[in-house]
Amino acid sequence: MSKVKKEPRASGRMSVGKLFIYILLILLAVLSVLPFLVMFVNGTRSTPEIQQQALSLVPSSHLMTNIKILLRGAFDPIRGFMNSMIISAGSTILAIYFSCLTAYGLVAYEWKLRDGFFAFILCILMIPTTISIIGFYQFVWKIGWTNSLLPLILPAIASPTIVFFMRQYLIATLSMEIVEAARIDGSGEFATFNRIILPIMKPAIATQAIFVFVTSWNNLFLPLVLLTKKELFTMPIMVSLLRGDIYRTELGTVYLGIALTVLPLFVVYFALSKYIIAGVALGGVKE
Amino acid sequence: MKKTKAKYAKYGYIFSIPFVVSFLIFNLYPLLYTVVISFTDLKGIATTEFNFLPNLFQNYIDAFKNPSFVTSLKNTVFMWSLNFVPQIVLALVLAVWFTNKRMNIKGSGLFKVLFYMPNIITAASIAILFSAFFGAPIGPMNNLLMRLGLSSETIYFFRDALTSQGIVAFIQFWMWYGVTMIVLIAGINGISPTIFEAAAIDGANGVQTFFRVTLPSLRPILLYTLITSFVGGMQMFDIPRLLVLRSGPDNATLTTSVYIYNQAFSGSYMFNNAAAASMILFSIIAVCSAVLFYVMRDKDAAALKKIQKARAKEEKQARRAGV
Repeated sequence: MSKVKKEPRASGRMSVGKLFIYILLILLAVLSVLPFLVMFVNGTRSTPEIQQQALSLVPSSHLMTNIKILLRGAFDPIRGFMNSMIISAGSTILAIYFSCLTAYGLVAYEWKLRDGFFAFILCILMIPTTISIIGFYQFVWKIGWTNSLLPLILPAIASPTIVFFMRQYLIATLSMEIVEAARIDGSGEFATFNRIILPIMKPAIATQAIFVFVTSWNNLFLPLVLLTKKELFTMPIMVSLLRGDIYRTELGTVYLGIALTVLPLFVVYFALSKYIIAGVALGGVKE
Repeated sequence: MKKTKAKYAKYGYIFSIPFVVSFLIFNLYPLLYTVVISFTDLKGIATTEFNFLPNLFQNYIDAFKNPSFVTSLKNTVFMWSLNFVPQIVLALVLAVWFTNKRMNIKGSGLFKVLFYMPNIITAASIAILFSAFFGAPIGPMNNLLMRLGLSSETIYFFRDALTSQGIVAFIQFWMWYGVTMIVLIAGINGISPTIFEAAAIDGANGVQTFFRVTLPSLRPILLYTLITSFVGGMQMFDIPRLLVLRSGPDNATLTTSVYIYNQAFSGSYMFNNAAAASMILFSIIAVCSAVLFYVMRDKDAAALKKIQKARAKEEKQARRAGV
């Protein structure tokens, strides 16, 4: 009440502006949600229903028919899910473990090339990945690794961005006294890293792991170039199949196929959105 | 103390080995290999043999003579700009609103979660989804426009070059403004509150505070956003490749990454041309990022850093001389 008394004019003017702000915010929120809502709803509708009225928020009863048509073609959500899972989980484990190791090497020890190595990591941070695709493909083809998941997983060992974040985190949290104590207890350097340092880094690992996993899961370019066998297709390649094949005339089925590829990400996002948004905020404020 | 440090120094090297080895094999070698291929006649399926061209830069000359390559460069820059300008403006406005304590916007947590959401969804899925939305004659967008009375006949969105490009730019904008907003909110929260208090005491209004305090303080973060968005945007692939079949009318949505992919992997196996195009794209990204960085950098801060560095060096030398 006292606030209103103090600035009656200001608060009156604010409310009109504020109303406008809230309307805009709600419109943007609708813009985020509506496409996915229409997608889920249309996934339950038959092609004639969609032809009559393409925009509807009322689910229909044709989910099972759509599933049947969907599985008749090349689209195989379970196989895609498994392949994407193997690649993303593998990349995440490698990227996190070796980035922590490299970051620890950069923070805990004083070695001659340390500053030079860190400067080098900063330099390669921004190198675009798609521009070396031709050399990468030729190299992978030469060693017979096309149609293998390995070239999609192993490069994660060198992840400069994650090394950068892990280094920042370690600088802020690591006290060398713990390491010294472990040394006195006779722990080797490598054992100290695995048993003491990794657990300390858990919060940083959690946020970074989500980003590595999702980035790897959503990657289309590299798998599309390297994988030609249907048994190895990832989720993004599976969804790209919905443009052709028998699906061209089956509208409801296409929506359902997209919905199946989106669903796992929705589950992950709504379970972890708090950490994801905190992680994005952290990412932007690097220096 | 010094002895123990020296004793453990080797672990710094040992722990960096996996990173370095992986980088050399999977990043540096393919990059150099691409450079080499760009000077050769390597084409055709299932072959890795090549000869250097009599004129080493022939593939580069051919690329610039190829109208679709030049178009792809123009398209990429155009569609990126079309998404970035509104993206940064909206993200800035939203970030200022969400951080303004006097405005006290309710539900800001939920809004942030929803605005960020499109970014986490597979771009390939979003491309297919929007391709269905803008479908013609049957599609939700046509349906919506007719129901709202905004159009009386079917619109064939993907038959018009500018509309197709606009849709690509819109999807990019829609997927990224939430990320940019969250980054900027973190940036504004990182500005020392005493600066805002000082501005308030000096009688600055909201607009003045924004242009004189918030914006200059955000410069490093805006620079970071601009450069990461540019580097990412120049490699745009998933959306333009999957949204419109065969890159739309007059190659309207053909980006350079899609061009490279088409040259090498969609039936023609022109690895040499694709490699040259990749190197041209790489040079453009590198040069433009460097220019952006140089133009946008904080000159005062850079000068200050230089002075500090010089002073630290002097002190070090003095200390060493003293010992």
